[in-house]
Amino acid sequence: MAKEDLASFKLGELLAQYDYARDFFISIGINDIDSNRSLKDFAGDINQELLEDAGLNGEQLITNFLAFIDKMETLKKSSCNIVESITIIGGNDKFGQEENIKLELKVGEVISIVGPTGSGKSRLLADIECLAQRDTPTNRQILLNGEIPDMNRRFSIENKLVAQLSQNMNFVMDLSVNDFIKLHAESRMIDHVEKVVQEIVKCANELAGEKFTRDTPLTQLSGGQSRALMIADTALLSLSPIVLIDEIENAGIDRKKAIELLLKEEKLVLISTHDPVLALMGDKRLVIKNGGIHKIIVLSEQEKQYIDVLEKIDKKMLQIRSHLRNGGVIDESITR
Amino acid sequence: MKIVTVSGPPSSGKTSVIIKTIEYLKKDQLEIGVVKFDSLSTYDDEMYKKLGVKVKVGLSGNLCPDHYYMTNIEDSVKWGISEKLDMLISESAGLCNRCSPHIRDVLAICVIDNLSGINTPKKIGPMLRLADIVVITKGDIVSQAEREVFAFRAKQSSPRASIIFINGITGQGAYDLSLRLKEANDYESVIDKKLRFSMPAAVCSYCTGEIRIGEKYQTGNIKKIKL
Ligand SMILES: Nc1nc2c(ncn2[C@@H]2O[C@H](COP(=O)(O)OP(=O)(O)OP(=O)(O)O)[C@@H](O)[C@H]2O)c(=O)[nH]1
Ligand SMILES: Nc1ncnc2c1ncn2[C@@H]1O[C@H](COP(=O)(O)OP(=O)(O)OP(=O)(O)O)[C@@H](O)[C@H]1O
Ligand SMILES: [Mg+2]
Ligand SMILES: [Mg+2]
Ligand SMILES: [Zn+2]
Ligand SMILES: [Zn+2]
Repeated sequence: MAKEDLASFKLGELLAQYDYARDFFISIGINDIDSNRSLKDFAGDINQELLEDAGLNGEQLITNFLAFIDKMETLKKSSCNIVESITIIGGNDKFGQEENIKLELKVGEVISIVGPTGSGKSRLLADIECLAQRDTPTNRQILLNGEIPDMNRRFSIENKLVAQLSQNMNFVMDLSVNDFIKLHAESRMIDHVEKVVQEIVKCANELAGEKFTRDTPLTQLSGGQSRALMIADTALLSLSPIVLIDEIENAGIDRKKAIELLLKEEKLVLISTHDPVLALMGDKRLVIKNGGIHKIIVLSEQEKQYIDVLEKIDKKMLQIRSHLRNGGVIDESITR
Repeated sequence: MKIVTVSGPPSSGKTSVIIKTIEYLKKDQLEIGVVKFDSLSTYDDEMYKKLGVKVKVGLSGNLCPDHYYMTNIEDSVKWGISEKLDMLISESAGLCNRCSPHIRDVLAICVIDNLSGINTPKKIGPMLRLADIVVITKGDIVSQAEREVFAFRAKQSSPRASIIFINGITGQGAYDLSLRLKEANDYESVIDKKLRFSMPAAVCSYCTGEIRIGEKYQTGNIKKIKL
């Protein structure tokens, strides 16, 4: 049916066609819907009290309803494969020196970002997040699929390109893991909610050290469990094709599996990190110095050979950590 | 003079967002002034002064803050014109969920924050539902999923509006808003302009100073809870 005509259709038909339309009415306090009337009739003689509660007059009710249907339909259709690559066009570092690079990053790649504290790793992620157009302190420009992004895209949430994970992020909702994921799934308007909930809990538990159930309240999850749930949820439910990760090292989760999970879902993953194991998970490694991209290192065959060794050292450190946590003392056995 | 109205629940990040946005606008040498409406007190003017923008404060005291705002907006516009401002921004705390500060054709922004709970978008009336731009703040401290759910709910409540995510502390996202502000309509006066939706009615006996409880003291516009 043509969009403008929607207001003339019987509400019953509308609700049958657009199952989420009921949410619109409920959210403005209208619970009783006479399915034999059209939206126009309904809005035409809406009583004063209902109008007050809705905070919209008849005309506004129709405009908002049509906009609502329109946006929800777009959201339903939108797929996450709209981005194939981003290009970073260099700006300048903190001293005004030109960066002089043009770097294309593709979906399916993992990029690690290293550099001293305060060097500008988070700044680079922020430039990508806001699709900088020479309008941030670094003067960098970000292209999408090789082109200057459409400004409208910066404003529409159905096209939100970037998902972010950082150590400062916490769950603030007072819900169980189960209800929380359901809510997220519903906002994505997908059909197989139950399956997704199961899958996310399973994946998150594979990443986290200590298992948790679906009934656990979000606020009772440990730091590592929260991080694991955030990653699994971002991988499986977030539409955004680009994932920016700012420092997740100390969370006590299986980092390798986490990255693999994100990659399986066809995402471009950028990780800012001080952690050697994470740094070597990148196909490319950007070295940041004084606010500029100083070097781009492609993971070489030689480096790959030594990842195992690094992981062993890392494991050893983890063992020592848990040894100390459990009241152990350090003796000469750590040299073995 | 461009006129922009910014409203939103208390502490949602209005001042932070306006300040970060002005920092971008100042690069274009725009002369900007802010009028802050509040009920009892505010420190926002100090923040704006630090930034070097002209600022006026209006405190409604024991009057209805919504009605106070409406009866003073035209004088604020006059002040802006006399100061030769390029842009006048009004900041008003939406103290009730039924606030309706938006004026037809005048760029209307509503600021809400991720910490206020996922049902907040449903609870706020005309201030959110009839805004042109909904700014969502404090995304830096909640999870990706919560940001997505919150934004979805905001969109359900205000489907016409553009949604912009801004970090009020770092200013991430404020550039986008600054672009939209530059497109705001110019007016020399707002006389005869209309509100997008009526203000909350406030003409019961308590509006005029009654302090006693009981049916016999209640006159005027009264609505009773269904129990
Ligand atoms: N973490 C975080 N804090 C924020 C953000 N935006 C604002 N804040 C903080 O939230 C608090 C309130 O922000 P304000 O900008 O004063 O809020 P307001 O809406 O102007 O408040 P009133 O004018 O008093 O109603 C301040 O402590 C800000 O620093 C944000 O994006 N992230
Ligand atoms: N090219 C640049 N020009 C100007 N300022 C910059 C530039 N790059 C970064 N900065 C600024 O330098 C400061 C520190 O940068 P940032 O927070 O990104 O460092 P970081 O590498 O993430 O540090 P940490 O490892 O401690 O998290 C920020 O205020 C950032 O905006
Ligand atoms: Mg950082
Ligand atoms: Mg304020
Ligand atoms: Zn109010
Ligand atoms: Zn009253």
